[in-house]
Amino acid sequence: MTRFSRASSNPSPETNPAPPRLKSDEGPAMRIIVPLQGVVQGRGGLVLGSLLPCALFYFLQLYLKSRNRPSQSPPSSPPTTLSTPDDHHASPSSPPSASGSTIHRTLSRGLLSPRSHPNVSSRAAAVARPDEDSLYYVGYKKCLRDPFHRVDNPEGIIQLGLAENRLSQDLILDWLEKNAYGALLGGDKPGELNIMGLTTYLPFDGSDNFKNAVAGFMGQVLQESVLFDPSQIVLTSGATPAMEILSFCLADPGNAFLVPSPYYPGWDRDIKWRTGVELVPVPCRSTDNFNISIPALERAYTQAKKRGLKIRAVLIANPTNPTGHVLSRDTLIDLLDFVTEKNIHLISDEVFAGSIHGESKFVSVAEVLESEGIDKTRVHIVYGLSKDLPLPGFRVGVIHSYNETVIAASAKLARFSSVSAPTQQLLTVMLSDKQFISNYLEANRQRMRRMYLLFVDALKQVGIECANSEAGFYCWADMSRYITSYSEKGEKKLWEKLLTVAKVNVTPGLSCHCIEPGWFRCCFTTLTEEDIPLVVERMKRVTQGPK
Amino acid sequence: MVVKVYKPCVPLSAIATSSTHGEDSPYFAGWRAYDEDPYDATTNPSGVIQMGLAENQVSFDLFEKYLEEHQEVSKLVNDIGGFRENALFQDYHGLNSFRKAMASFMEEIRGGKVKFDSNRIVLTAGATAANELLTFIIANPGDALLVPTPYYPGFGRDLRWRTGVNIIPVNCNSSNKFQITKQALEEAYAKAEKANLQVKGLLMTNPSNPLGTAMTRPVLEEILNFISSKNMHLISDEIYSGSVFSSEEFISIAEILEERGYADAQRVHIVYSLSKDLGLPGFRVGAIYSYNDAVVTTARRMSSFTLVSSQTQKMLSPMLSDVNFTKNYIKTNRGRLKRRYDYVVEKLRECGIECLHGNAGLFCWMNLKPLLEEATTDGELKLWETILKDLKLDISPGSSCHCTEPGWFRVCFANMSIETLDVALSRFTSFMEKRRKT
Repeated sequence: MTRFSRASSNPSPETNPAPPRLKSDEGPAMRIIVPLQGVVQGRGGLVLGSLLPCALFYFLQLYLKSRNRPSQSPPSSPPTTLSTPDDHHASPSSPPSASGSTIHRTLSRGLLSPRSHPNVSSRAAAVARPDEDSLYYVGYKKCLRDPFHRVDNPEGIIQLGLAENRLSQDLILDWLEKNAYGALLGGDKPGELNIMGLTTYLPFDGSDNFKNAVAGFMGQVLQESVLFDPSQIVLTSGATPAMEILSFCLADPGNAFLVPSPYYPGWDRDIKWRTGVELVPVPCRSTDNFNISIPALERAYTQAKKRGLKIRAVLIANPTNPTGHVLSRDTLIDLLDFVTEKNIHLISDEVFAGSIHGESKFVSVAEVLESEGIDKTRVHIVYGLSKDLPLPGFRVGVIHSYNETVIAASAKLARFSSVSAPTQQLLTVMLSDKQFISNYLEANRQRMRRMYLLFVDALKQVGIECANSEAGFYCWADMSRYITSYSEKGEKKLWEKLLTVAKVNVTPGLSCHCIEPGWFRCCFTTLTEEDIPLVVERMKRVTQGPK
Repeated sequence: MVVKVYKPCVPLSAIATSSTHGEDSPYFAGWRAYDEDPYDATTNPSGVIQMGLAENQVSFDLFEKYLEEHQEVSKLVNDIGGFRENALFQDYHGLNSFRKAMASFMEEIRGGKVKFDSNRIVLTAGATAANELLTFIIANPGDALLVPTPYYPGFGRDLRWRTGVNIIPVNCNSSNKFQITKQALEEAYAKAEKANLQVKGLLMTNPSNPLGTAMTRPVLEEILNFISSKNMHLISDEIYSGSVFSSEEFISIAEILEERGYADAQRVHIVYSLSKDLGLPGFRVGAIYSYNDAVVTTARRMSSFTLVSSQTQKMLSPMLSDVNFTKNYIKTNRGRLKRRYDYVVEKLRECGIECLHGNAGLFCWMNLKPLLEEATTDGELKLWETILKDLKLDISPGSSCHCTEPGWFRVCFANMSIETLDVALSRFTSFMEKRRKT
């Protein structure tokens, strides 16, 4: 049953027409414990399943209390629903709607009797829990409300938790300025507008032209070591739906994927929410350089089988997130052998394939397949344009599969998540500009390398070592020496300190299902060189401050 | 080292291998026939004319004109600078300006009779996604939605495929012009109860696809009372609201709710899209408007799977906020659709074919009962095949729309030029003439 706050007893039409606060402080206990169990890697058994959530519950109670105190204001907009990224500097209590909505809030009183409003589904209830209770989202939201800006808000929170690449945006903008108008609206003759192709229905899984362009781009990213067949790709509005659609195709509700951890926190939401598919983390260790261990996969597979859990796939990211590794050819072959033997799928999320800043050459699983003669129908690649090209708002994701049934089903499912026609048109032209793409990829690589080295060095200055990364937007930083207790509780305390004292938002390893406390994921691609000394200063507040 | 072990083909999910996508039905078979042999005035004059696709091409020149006259707007495609602040990839709130623009446009369509709060709008990549999302939110696998017949063939897929939710039809027939009655609602509900299915909501399309009619006030009131009494949700799919021939004839559920002081509004959710009214299906712009806060929050988060391109939002925002443009567009579009509709109905009547009296949409609901050899679904499909193979016209058989009365067909008229429409109509005329002679 959803709860709404009590509206005032005599609402007038002029009352601020804000929707009732959804965040209720009543009985948060179960609402926090249950999702936190998910944060604590799900099936941790009785000890992990009860003690840790209790500890976390107390921590979060404290945290929520301290957060609620300053922003206590009568029925005004809950930031979760109403603050928008456009309103960076709007305070959380500002009226939500300038147009003067006349929706009377009296109706919320009618909701207090149990039978007076219909429930949402259990799927929805899980999603609607306040703040999604994951530190990943908590930090993200806090940052939205108090974002760092060199001029306007120098004391704001520096966002190092969001994988955005601003290092080479200027190159994209430049191209767009010169070419976008023509690409999008230009007809065959100068001065002519041609929008007919934009307006009609396109195939839901992407137009042929756009598929060709994307396949070509993917090949270019891999320096032509693989030729991707456009008929084996399905385009979706982002890698997020691509992953979900693939999950719907490969597993039934109640099945599971094995996922080497630490892994991208978003998968917990993207894959589990609506599909009913479970994720079983398979921990990798720092002593092993966080490399994937086949024996660990074997153990996890056997354990899952004992529990009656059917494993349908192994899910990897390559390059990995958060550790930023490029998987070796041998590892890929071992993985392929493993999934072949178990007759399950392999999903390789390669969204960072074009963001290699280290020396190693990236090898896509597609390349290994070509040369090793393995059954291809069990291998699927997820890709997208949000990382390698800084165009996340454009929403372009890719499913690449050699499995006809998967492609056929995904193409139909893509109707729920299609790429917008003007975006397809614009990007077809951009991706076909091979020279620009080549220049961009190289320039971006160099800028990333430079910033990575600067950032790693900066962290070193405050005594924080990073694991060796070669790709992606993150450093995987070991801050375990700064946590008071070598435990999840200790890590959370440190994360909280970083957020509130250093005012830096980083992603705690626990959100990534890392079993070793103290690791943090820090994104360095939103910074400029001038920011680096500031980051050092901020970090010192914690590393040199009182414990 | 490659381990070569002979194993059966790697298994896929039930969803991947099921046929709930429904694309084996005649509705889609007709599209395939068109794809294989499409009509073209010069290169393929005897090809199949597509009358099974509800697309609006009568007014895209207005859109083009707008872009020509507002070059600075079209240059916005270059402006991803704004997305610097907004490049957050989990920006499921959508651009503030765009949500406001959508709210404004939706208000214009309803002649300013209702107000929409832009904060209650959740953007999705098309109405298809919006309907599926709402189904995920209000129903669990195994639950049921009531849907009045005849209904859009795509619902079978959009509402059921991934959600695992069932559809219980609320049967309507020509005895009262296919209007939804209380009795039909109760019957459907009882049927669900008997089958031990929990009914979580009613999904209606207003104006109706495929009927092409706007729902009347008494029917809307009846429906609101019904869903309140049964404590269920109501989804009002109003994607054709801008295609009602005259604005006085469309009553949105929002109007009724406002009149009732928003009592019980928590149950109601409206679906909208720019695909039909603005003729921009390729842009993939849909919206959920919900009076229920939990649904808004949940829908927003779930919309991560179906976001609208920020470039598209930026491009359309100024145009949709431009009241001069939208007022004129809506009026002109309505006028052109009405003229086409009247023209088609008249021409069909001249050769002896009657249509349901409609006042909305991109199609007419054609009565071919007199032509059936037998008044059954088989008879209807036989006739459909004849029309497809002999007349080379792809029209949608009522059975694809789950109509319980055989002999009705949906015929789209807004997705082609007037010249092509004339060719299609002449084929009907010759067909009827031939029949009269034999």
